[in-house]
Amino acid sequence: MANSADLSKGLPANPEKATLDGKNKFLGAWVFLAGETTMFAVFFGTYLGLQSGTAGGPEPSEIFQLPLVFIMTMLLLTSSLTSVMAIYAMKKNQFQKLKRWMWITVALGAVFLGFEIYEFVEYVEHGLGFTTSAFASSFYALVGLHGAHVLFGLLWATLLLVRNRNAGITLTNAPKFYVFSLYWHFIDVVWVFIFSAVYLMGIGG
Amino acid sequence: MAEDMEQPFEKSSMSNEEKRKINREQRVQMIAFAVMIGLTLLAFIAAGSDMLPGTFTIPFILLLAVVQLFLQLYYFMHLKDKDHGWPNSFMISGLVLTAPTIVALMLLIGIVKF
Repeated sequence: MANSADLSKGLPANPEKATLDGKNKFLGAWVFLAGETTMFAVFFGTYLGLQSGTAGGPEPSEIFQLPLVFIMTMLLLTSSLTSVMAIYAMKKNQFQKLKRWMWITVALGAVFLGFEIYEFVEYVEHGLGFTTSAFASSFYALVGLHGAHVLFGLLWATLLLVRNRNAGITLTNAPKFYVFSLYWHFIDVVWVFIFSAVYLMGIGG
Repeated sequence: MAEDMEQPFEKSSMSNEEKRKINREQRVQMIAFAVMIGLTLLAFIAAGSDMLPGTFTIPFILLLAVVQLFLQLYYFMHLKDKDHGWPNSFMISGLVLTAPTIVALMLLIGIVKF
């Protein structure tokens, strides 16, 4: 594999793109994220089309709780920042700091997921099952798909951290951490649209 | 070369100039984060207040979301940096497809069918 960077001076300033392997992972991640954009668009379109079809079941404005959504938003937004910090630590060859910021990211994501599970349980208790109405199905499909992405991200990051716990920052694992951080930001962007288009428009619109 | 790829490094190859640059970048990211928090707060306040009519709230919230989208993509995901030509074109293609998809679905299953 051809290295474009001079390795004798230490870790290259952009370790995630110092090798052909890293460059390919970087490009592949972006292709994947562009595809994810269109997939989420289909789920958003379906939800926005079906949200008024409540079929006598609970309506969005009856069940959505602003404080809970606000806390979840802050958690995910902060975890996006901590993964930015992790990548800056990686670029400066600070492995301990990278690990610490990544674990904080995982912890924030896990709390977010816990709140989401709590939220869904609460809704089911209020009589909003998956098959209650078109609104219910499309809501659970959209928000649940996002939740599944969060869960996948948590498993991904945990696996990366456990496997590389003593590895230091190398040209092999730097692209992996970088690609994870791109994915995590993307999940945060999707949540921005969920809290805007689903929750806030369901309550205030 | 294969074993080089698995070797950690003792130090960073960054010059002092590059270190200063990266620290400056980090501060810009903190500002971007503060702006995002501010936008989120504005959106929640707009939705929670009873005084504002829905005809104002909905476009306002969506506008704030779009601003946040660009902050995340261009700052946190570094799309504004150089060497991001292909990622930019992928993402822009994805977003260009997004708008008609959502509008078409809303019209087809939301308005025509009901």
